Amino acid sequence: MRQALNNFIQTKIFWPFVALVLLLVINFIMIPGFFQITVKNGHLFGSLIDILNRVVPLLVIAIGMTLVIAKEGIDISVGSVLAITAAAAASLLQTTSVPIAILLALVIGLICGLWNGILIAFLEIQPMIATLILMTVGRGIAQLITGGQILTINNDAYGYVGKGFLLGLPFAIYIGLAVFGIILLLKKKTALGLFLESIGTNMSSSKFAGVQPKKIILIVYMISGICAAIAGILVSSNVSSADANNAGLWIELDAILAVVIGGTSMRGGRFFLGGTVIGALFIQTLSTTIYSMGIRPEIIMVVKAIVVITVCLMQSEEFRKLVKQLKWKKKVSEA
Amino acid sequence: MNSEYMLKAENISKAFPGVKALSDVDFCLRKGEIHSLMGENGAGKSTLIKVLTGICEKDQGQIFLENQLINPGTAEEAQRLGISTVYQEVNLCENLSVAENIFIGREPKKKGKIDWKEMYQKADQLLKESLNIDIDVKQTLSSYSTAIQQMVAIARAVDISSGVLILDEPTSSLDNNEVKKLFEVMRNLKSKGMGIIFVSHFLDQVFEISDRITVLRNGQLIGEYQTNQLSRTDLVSKMIGKEWGESSNTRKKNAPKFGERSFLRTNRLEKKGSINPIDLTIKKGEVLGLAGLLGSGRTETAKLLFGIDSSDEGVLVIDNNEIKSMNPRLAIEKGLGFCPEDRKVEGIVGELTIRENIMLALQTKKGMFNYIPMKDQRVIAQKYIELLNIKTPSMEQRIENLSGGNQQKVILARWLATNPKLLILDEPTRGIDVGSKAEIRKLILELAAEGMSILFISAELEEMVACCDRVIVLRDRYQIGQLEGEQMSVSNIMEMIAEGAGVVEAGIK
Repeated sequence: MRQALNNFIQTKIFWPFVALVLLLVINFIMIPGFFQITVKNGHLFGSLIDILNRVVPLLVIAIGMTLVIAKEGIDISVGSVLAITAAAAASLLQTTSVPIAILLALVIGLICGLWNGILIAFLEIQPMIATLILMTVGRGIAQLITGGQILTINNDAYGYVGKGFLLGLPFAIYIGLAVFGIILLLKKKTALGLFLESIGTNMSSSKFAGVQPKKIILIVYMISGICAAIAGILVSSNVSSADANNAGLWIELDAILAVVIGGTSMRGGRFFLGGTVIGALFIQTLSTTIYSMGIRPEIIMVVKAIVVITVCLMQSEEFRKLVKQLKWKKKVSEA
Repeated sequence: MNSEYMLKAENISKAFPGVKALSDVDFCLRKGEIHSLMGENGAGKSTLIKVLTGICEKDQGQIFLENQLINPGTAEEAQRLGISTVYQEVNLCENLSVAENIFIGREPKKKGKIDWKEMYQKADQLLKESLNIDIDVKQTLSSYSTAIQQMVAIARAVDISSGVLILDEPTSSLDNNEVKKLFEVMRNLKSKGMGIIFVSHFLDQVFEISDRITVLRNGQLIGEYQTNQLSRTDLVSKMIGKEWGESSNTRKKNAPKFGERSFLRTNRLEKKGSINPIDLTIKKGEVLGLAGLLGSGRTETAKLLFGIDSSDEGVLVIDNNEIKSMNPRLAIEKGLGFCPEDRKVEGIVGELTIRENIMLALQTKKGMFNYIPMKDQRVIAQKYIELLNIKTPSMEQRIENLSGGNQQKVILARWLATNPKLLILDEPTRGIDVGSKAEIRKLILELAAEGMSILFISAELEEMVACCDRVIVLRDRYQIGQLEGEQMSVSNIMEMIAEGAGVVEAGIK
């Protein structure tokens, strides 16, 4: 038991996990009824369910981002891809059926990912710059699709994806679980995980061992694109509209943060899908907490920044060493 | 102390964790001479230069510059004292102009602003006077060839220097004409009284340009010689060392057992600027050696065969199939394995575990979606950990935590797991402990006896003679000959390396 606990403390997930628990405890003390879950019309309601529901778009994107970052890359175009696919789905729904609209939206996400992948793998443009192109252009494309307006969606079947309930829980939660499950399966049951961690750690050694980095890079950016498309469908379905300017705005930053909080290094190599889940949950819980505590809107960002800095410091081994040293020095001076 | 010495280093010692890089080395540079520093890899040349230029702190010893005791702590300080260095890779800013590169950090100023006019004029003058080259100094550096860039680096170094110039492998990226031009510049500087330390792996160049040669081996000073009193054979034997003795006549011959069928054959295979046309044949169960000094094209040949670099011309035939364009993935499919020279950069994947490092090549051979189940992975990893005697508490250790010898064994395990038909071993025993060395040599012989072909590259000629059935000798990127059977001895190989100049020159013509 103690051994297991010790092992857990050693894992990358430990500190973000502690932060999440702390946040929940604060909520428990400060906000009455935070943990209360009620049943209405056979559907579960409550702050916790709300967090789980709202986190899904961020979580899905962050999972895609985890793979990209594992390869020492980054994908800052995901917010724009989200907007493109949301706009595309909304506009397609005016003429085609729901399954086809969803399928085409996913294909568009895949193409966006492929574009990024080609720029990075074959033209060897730095990931930040390559995805910056689509980040900037993407919103323009989305605006072209929507004709510069906010497209509203009146389709119950499509609305079910982002607003519906299955077995008492919001349907979106199942989608989040499914994406997590599929990527976890890819990591554990194919060699993608091994190859990705290998090229993320040492590109030239991997090439010497026959790994084909270009192929892997294409795959991870395509996955990231599809993940962004899934998030686009969820968001547009949830709010019944597609807003080219504001859908998924800044979500790439939250996603990167979730990955980093989850223990995956920006330098690539080992990646932690479970950590990313904790990271995304932490960010969503933090947002929900801030809003439900009634913190003034103008200082929300400051509060968020302080909390995030704290978590990052907790995670930093250097910082923990420093704290230990300070404590030790204090003890010495007292003695 | 004799005042003709410009730079004098005495009893320099420097240890890195686990290695004594320099022990009690003396080095003297006189006014107006070009002095070559020679030695194989790991001999201590670069460490000595780093100590002289303040990049590395010495553990012991003294350095005198013009009879003044100096103790440069940083590269900047050495530069201020007047010791300037030009490194192998041109470390200038390609996007700045020639003049800016020469005067960066010490631009001539007028009223706090850079005086561009004066800067351009001074740069122009400097290049013309000391190097005798006339180029537009306002152009960006990237618009000139590597050779000119090298000259600019030298111009900058000369301008800073008060008389000592260190050129670390300045010719490795230059072609023959460019080398000639560089030598002219060096002679010109010499005639002005500069002392130049020249480091190069090219024997001919060293003999052509230098007045004196200092040889290092394994961190020790072998001696200082006047170039005209030293023969090439002597130099090579001093660099490589003979202390190994002729204990290697126990070699058993495997080749005939598997007949004369060739597994891999090349016909005039070449990559321009890397290796000139090479013909080699490797038979089943044969250990073929590639001998030559560093930079002679050994590694380049191996990389060509494995498809890391692609060839410009020539034919590569494996198992009677002609390979049009080789790449590592295809090479693995065809049954090749490659333990690269630079273990840290090209071999290990540091963050991954021993098991994962062993599985990597086999997994790429099987393909991404044909994942080897964890149970099988453990069995395979365990098998090779035992077979190669890899010392580790667990197969789930990060490979970074192992010693060099054990890391090398993991890389060997990675390739053995793919069950290769031809294993290319590029310096498999470099930088590892004596015990592991012996184990790896034994393994090579055992594998060949089982019918695996091996291409073996090593700087230690004794080791080559002990392991190989046949040795192909390379020099300055040309294939210059082959030795087998009774002829194959350390002294014969050295002689061939030293006296193969004729072949090389014929090749150039």
